Amino acid sequence: MSARSETLREALTASPHLATRRIWGAQADVGLHDLARSTALGGALAGLAGCSVLLRVSDPLYAALALVDLDGVARRIVLCPPDLAEADLPTVAQIAEIDAVVSDGPSPLAGVPVATVALPIRPVNGTPIADLATEWVMFTSGTSGTPKMVVHSLAGLVGAIRREPADPVIWGTFYDIRRYGGLQILLRALLTNASLVITGPGESFDDFLPRIIARGVTHLTGTPSHWRRLLMTPEAKPLAPRYVRLSGEIADQAVLDALSARFAGVPVGHAYASTEAGVGFEVNDGREGFPADFVGRDGPVLMKVEDGSLRLRTERAATHYLNADAGPLRDADGFVDSGDMLELRDGRYYFVGRRNGVINVGGLKVHPEEVEAVINRHPAVRMSLVKARRNPITGAIVIAEVVLNPHDQPDDALKAEILALCRRELPPFKVPAALRIVPEIAITASGKLERAIA
Amino acid sequence: MTLAMMQRGETPDAQQDSCAAGAAREVILAKFRDVAAAQEKTIVPLTDDLVLLDSGLDSLCFAIIVATLEDELGFDPFTEAEDVYFPVTLGDFIRFYERTL
Repeated sequence: MSARSETLREALTASPHLATRRIWGAQADVGLHDLARSTALGGALAGLAGCSVLLRVSDPLYAALALVDLDGVARRIVLCPPDLAEADLPTVAQIAEIDAVVSDGPSPLAGVPVATVALPIRPVNGTPIADLATEWVMFTSGTSGTPKMVVHSLAGLVGAIRREPADPVIWGTFYDIRRYGGLQILLRALLTNASLVITGPGESFDDFLPRIIARGVTHLTGTPSHWRRLLMTPEAKPLAPRYVRLSGEIADQAVLDALSARFAGVPVGHAYASTEAGVGFEVNDGREGFPADFVGRDGPVLMKVEDGSLRLRTERAATHYLNADAGPLRDADGFVDSGDMLELRDGRYYFVGRRNGVINVGGLKVHPEEVEAVINRHPAVRMSLVKARRNPITGAIVIAEVVLNPHDQPDDALKAEILALCRRELPPFKVPAALRIVPEIAITASGKLERAIA
Repeated sequence: MTLAMMQRGETPDAQQDSCAAGAAREVILAKFRDVAAAQEKTIVPLTDDLVLLDSGLDSLCFAIIVATLEDELGFDPFTEAEDVYFPVTLGDFIRFYERTL
């Protein structure tokens, strides 16, 4: 364990205008001035000193409170996302050498002591021992089998957060704060002149929306799938953010243009980050992809492209996998291979999809995302999902599901138009062999299109 | 007719079978023309003894034909067949579908 650096509680205490800032959950809210000097763990905090703690709560607000309590005190915090299966907990506990659970309900792990996180928060009695460089353990997304965990430090997690004085901000995020993207927004809210509206336990998009409208969020962040959904929702009309941010999936030109049109004059930025590699970069020129000169430029994040995939070397990246069988997270030169595949065109890199999401059509590779990006350009299309269908001739073939804008009627002429657009823009093997108009496309708990594991 | 029925040597009602088979032939021929047009391929006249590889269509076209026929007819005889089977002529191709009906 390395020498201690600033704890989350210290960073929160040092942040500006504490008395005016809050976090709003679905069922309760907490003032940050109080949070900085209080605990939500009752008298249990001191007992967790040096422990490896499984943080498993149903309400994300409690996760936020417990993180402030535990950083610097616990040896390790394992931050469970909401979709982590109960059945996986014993394995997780074994891999992470869990000695205690912090929960807002009954213990999910037999035989392991539980500390209950609850409201109201109460002043911390005495100074809790907070001298550890706590490991922040997060779960990587989208894999089957044993959950994969990566180890971060608070210093790495907050590495991309600018802490110079700024006007007050109210963040809203569709992400769950127990995943990397959402945690970034929580940490921004705790360390800068900001408040935050977060989702409640299992809260639906439709329930969260009126809350962020009521709080007057100024900065709103979600995946492109979240934003497409928002664009389809008439109740979103009163939303008037000053900043719109997308990350977590490829932001294609269609969604960027639709957001720029919907929120005229408001900056629309997309960010690249991953649980493993941390925050990579932001793109604020309104265009999909990113300028080629981002690669190789000096700064806190050094990037290179090898075998078509983006690789990042940065102090913001996780240091290693906790799973012994997961292999090294960084290569010999310290780069994390993101698995995100790039294509260079006219001085700009474009994301074409995930390496392991490739559809193989008779030996020719198709990234579902590149086909979706073309389909999404059609003005009647709100979102699309491209997937493989097994085929006796070519092994697999590309098919597509499409959700239309609410006022567009599904008919054969429209389907033909969308396919004609694909034929103009894509080589024949990438054009969907079948295209189905569907009422909706499933979104995962983390706000991404639900893709079958290739 | 199901694969299980074929394996048991059963035959469904003869008249119904020939109707369905005739319909399948028309659907298949129409599909060849549609896919050729969509893929901008020039095809030669569609006769039963036409060798598929000489038809002007490539393997992607055949893949699309099989995939979209599955949507219209409800099955894909290639995947349902136990043996690997590659039809050589258009007649083979059509019979392969008719046999599985």
